[in-house]
Amino acid sequence: MKSKPRVELSRPVSDEVRKTTCYMCACRCGIDVHIKDGKIRYIEGNRDHPVNKGVLCAKGSAGIMQHYSPARLRAPLLRTGPRGSGEFKEISWEEALGIATDWLSEVRADDPKKLAFFTGRDQSQSLTGFWAQQFGTPNYAAHGGFCSVNMAAAGIMTIGGAFWEFGAPDWDRTRLFIMFGVAEDHDSNPLKMGIAKVKKNGARFVSVNPVRTGYSAVADNWIGIRPGTDGLLILAVVHELLKARKIDVDYLMRYSNAPWLVIDAPGTAEHGLFARDADGKPMVFETVTERVVPKGTAGARPALSGRYTLEDGRNVTPSFALLAEKYLDEKYAPEAVAAETGVAAETIRGLAAEIARTAFDEAIFIDQPWTDINGERHDGYVGRPVSFHAMRGLSAHSNGFQTARALHMLQVLIGAVDCPGGFRFEPPYPKPLEAHPTPHGRAEHFGSNKPLSGPHLGFPRGPEDLLVDAEGRPQRIDKAFSWDAPISAHGLMHMVIANAHAGDPYPIDVLFLYMANMAWNSSMNTAGVIRMLEDKDPVTGEYRIPKIIYSDAYASETVAYADLILPDTTYLERHDCISMLDRPISEPDAVQDAIRWPVVEPDRDVRGFQSVMLDLGARLKLPGFVDQRGNSIYKDYADYIVRHERRPGIGPLAGFRGTKGDRTGRGAINPDQLQRYIENGSFFSAHIPLEAQFFKHANKDYQDFAVRMGFFDTPQPVTFQLYSETLQKFRLSADGLREPFAPETHRQRIRDSFDPLPDWYRPFEEASVEGDKFPYHAITQRPAAMYHSWGSMNAWLRQIHTKNPLYVPGPICDEHGLKDGDWVHLISTHGRIKVEIARMEAVNSSTIWTWNAIGKRKGAWSLDTDVPEARKGFLMNHLIHELLPPKGDGLRWSNSDPVTGQAAWYDLRVRIEKAEAGETSEPRFPAMAEPGGKREHPEQLRYGQEWAK
Amino acid sequence: MTSLPATAPAKKLGLVIDLDVCVGCHACVISCKEWNTGGYGAALSDQDPYGAEVSGTFLNRVHSFEVIPEGGEIVGEAGEARIVHFPKSCLHCDDAPCVTVCPTGASYKRTEDGIVLVDEDMCIGCGLCAWACPYGAREMDLAAGVMKKCTLCVDRIYNETIQEIDRVPSCVRTCPANARHYGDLADPQSEVSLMVAARGGIDLMPEQGTRPVNKYLPPRPRQVLGAGSEQALLAENTDGATGFFAWLDGVLERI
Repeated sequence: MKSKPRVELSRPVSDEVRKTTCYMCACRCGIDVHIKDGKIRYIEGNRDHPVNKGVLCAKGSAGIMQHYSPARLRAPLLRTGPRGSGEFKEISWEEALGIATDWLSEVRADDPKKLAFFTGRDQSQSLTGFWAQQFGTPNYAAHGGFCSVNMAAAGIMTIGGAFWEFGAPDWDRTRLFIMFGVAEDHDSNPLKMGIAKVKKNGARFVSVNPVRTGYSAVADNWIGIRPGTDGLLILAVVHELLKARKIDVDYLMRYSNAPWLVIDAPGTAEHGLFARDADGKPMVFETVTERVVPKGTAGARPALSGRYTLEDGRNVTPSFALLAEKYLDEKYAPEAVAAETGVAAETIRGLAAEIARTAFDEAIFIDQPWTDINGERHDGYVGRPVSFHAMRGLSAHSNGFQTARALHMLQVLIGAVDCPGGFRFEPPYPKPLEAHPTPHGRAEHFGSNKPLSGPHLGFPRGPEDLLVDAEGRPQRIDKAFSWDAPISAHGLMHMVIANAHAGDPYPIDVLFLYMANMAWNSSMNTAGVIRMLEDKDPVTGEYRIPKIIYSDAYASETVAYADLILPDTTYLERHDCISMLDRPISEPDAVQDAIRWPVVEPDRDVRGFQSVMLDLGARLKLPGFVDQRGNSIYKDYADYIVRHERRPGIGPLAGFRGTKGDRTGRGAINPDQLQRYIENGSFFSAHIPLEAQFFKHANKDYQDFAVRMGFFDTPQPVTFQLYSETLQKFRLSADGLREPFAPETHRQRIRDSFDPLPDWYRPFEEASVEGDKFPYHAITQRPAAMYHSWGSMNAWLRQIHTKNPLYVPGPICDEHGLKDGDWVHLISTHGRIKVEIARMEAVNSSTIWTWNAIGKRKGAWSLDTDVPEARKGFLMNHLIHELLPPKGDGLRWSNSDPVTGQAAWYDLRVRIEKAEAGETSEPRFPAMAEPGGKREHPEQLRYGQEWAK
Repeated sequence: MTSLPATAPAKKLGLVIDLDVCVGCHACVISCKEWNTGGYGAALSDQDPYGAEVSGTFLNRVHSFEVIPEGGEIVGEAGEARIVHFPKSCLHCDDAPCVTVCPTGASYKRTEDGIVLVDEDMCIGCGLCAWACPYGAREMDLAAGVMKKCTLCVDRIYNETIQEIDRVPSCVRTCPANARHYGDLADPQSEVSLMVAARGGIDLMPEQGTRPVNKYLPPRPRQVLGAGSEQALLAENTDGATGFFAWLDGVLERI
């Protein structure tokens, strides 16, 4: 039989391709959006784009359904029913912006701290932060506090950068890739591409994660660790490496503070601090001349061990001696930690052996001469081809900061930071702690109708930089940078509603949120948060949090709890910039940034949030937003992206600057800049010269390049801080030895958690609850096909995950007589949920888990009220409280890391009880109306049928 | 009944799917859906898309299941248990039972490249082919009433209006883990054939006698962590910090 010739093989795909940047998650892949008859025909990865090189994940391809979702908000809304009802009326933008301006100008004149402005998964923090600073409230942050601030803060404080947006494994050269606590997310496509490369190259991929899904499923070796014990595993590996002498001594001496001398003077204010010269330069002991000299002295051969006496009689020791003594202790031996971590001693030893052999026996040499910051010439780059990546599984614990520090220390010990085959920084990182601002928000930093005197967020160098009053009380609504969480570099968004409701440290007037589902999956204690948002003062009858403004593109659960809704566009209808001033998309070899632009025009009365912020800034007459005559400076966000300058010649975008568009990094404003980006596929990339590509922390050519690019005005080399003086300063405050003194209430906690050398302690919840009452862990993992709650209303993606079972390890099922499809109560110290289970074997035997953020509230996201997401889907959040169980000290302790305030989502402990079979998960919530009225829900979709042939 | 080509097709275009790197992300599933819903034949419809009984037509799905293989590596306390992500679409079989069972001739295998297609104008939606396919690779579109299946993106792979590099199935182009490969499996020197030979690619359910063109690459053998690296941990000296510092001094002198 002959083949039939009737297939049309060469139909044009579309009328036009518009290249922009995806926003279906935070990866920021380049996409080619095919437009046909004014509709989106097809979205594919941009082959030229440096992030995804043509590939695209399920979320990205499902952008069509996101863009046309019935859950899109259509017009500004003003609440008419009680909070949570979902009853609103549509209003005009003029009316909406008028209301917002009235509320905000009153606060700004009266007491600017009564505005709490918190943005969620915001990719425009350089604008929103600037806006908040010009407004003058101390209460601003994005979502990092409930995401991964431990990873970011520990990385910056240790090596001057961290994973993901700060750096990446050298995928092409690495021989051993070890990943901690990453399910199938950040950063999704680059990780998948990288893992494929590692495997193709015959290198080894080890995944440390309690659950063996996603990336862990294809790992060569999976270490199903007990949650919250990664730090102990890492320190046991460090123990083995020290014992076997498998450390890179030359690297440590050159690039870390290992030789810096630590003062040994117990009971004094300087104990444990670095010995410094008159200029404040740390000192080292020079072994040839046997003298104490400032670090970086030419030709010096510093000691890494020993005990010395300074001229003034003080005793000192190189910090490395303290480090080696600490980790050589047998309490870090594999046998000693096996029970706690759930990892067999032989596995730990195997991991250490694999690291040791790969780092030293498979060392790489790249024949590329380079010059270090001391002017010394090197023949080439020595590579230790062991690389790491880690995310929330490490960081979302109350010991996450120290655990992340431990991981970075391990990388430095084997000489694997920014070398061939190791972890490599991505510009503008590395960036030393000193190049980051200190936080601003103390009473003297703000006042009526004036800007905050400096950036909100930064890194305290010691207790003197805390944002506390004379009595040591917190100054910010989230208590960031207080004794509760001194180095909370990203704020504590998860505490804002609870604190504002409690009026602790003070009540607020306006809560302004962007893109964060705080009335549902982004909050701990969801039911409690909902009650707080609904709670009224019985005397005044007013809501305790009086005014809530919210901006989102979709009818999320949180929309129903706001009073005024400023509807955002979809990601395909907006301008955005992925900026070097913010969270760029650089690669280790290249400086990169990107834009979004409206590839389709909105068909609703919605506006891009950033343009709205510029409009509000102008209406409020904020400096930087209006000129001397009070006229707005910027027409919209596109105009701001092009014309805003943070410093002369430095703007949101680094590419195509200068009047001819030929300048990179620094350069005059180019009115055609956005057009140039669009022509270039909506991104810009500038390669780092070969002699500057590695050892960036100490590479003279890189440092000069960074200055030329405008990252810094002077070179900012980084010395890796294995021993943290900042942490020691807090300890001295806790010991009452160095002013300002920590309050009595906080002293023990700081002593226990601010070890200047990376440390491990048991997570707070596990340490505080009786083990036999709550014998298991409960955690969530992100599915690859969905990102938080974004996407779970997507008609295509929801067919992949329509509900989330509770996965229960086989041994727990056997112990409790449970089988697939049974219903259980899962009970924590805070609450209980009733859910359906599925049995699973490939998981740590004490870890129960589920997928993150699939459960929906009835009526939200324009789904029918009887959908599986709302009936059987559930949130683990109900079991997690934003406060720790009362300790009897009368204080409210946040369920967060004591150093950074990172939300300790994964500290949760539970017990399980078999329940009667059910139809609906519990707790249940009443259905909410669709904001702005019921949408048309098609009974059937035949997307693209008009193009069928 | 419908006949298969009397002589073997000159080419056997198909997919090679690497189970060693598939992480089950569903990128291929959705990319396939978005390409094909606006491409060859009727749209891939979704029923009750925002309701309780949501379902839709997909030409490619990923099945994830847990296995406890014999002889696998033992790492971690859960022993050998592992998750396998298994993408599945039409395998374009040489002896395609879905073709021979078709009462109208709608289901056919192309002589030039071996792709199995459905001529939707001739399809009466009887569903026999779906019953005949041992892999469950065909899905009836409830809105159109015709049988849908993987076309190997026949409207991409020969499409002269797109760049040559993009003339591959949508699922292959999008796969972030590089787990999907496309080529001519009749040519022993093609990249896909060499890959199948090198990695021991397998037929899915060979006992069915369908002779599928698509192949699956099994997971690469795993090596126990630390096996062969034991030497790396042999210390120069093991007596605690004192011995360590003595060693350190020696190293510093040699630098």
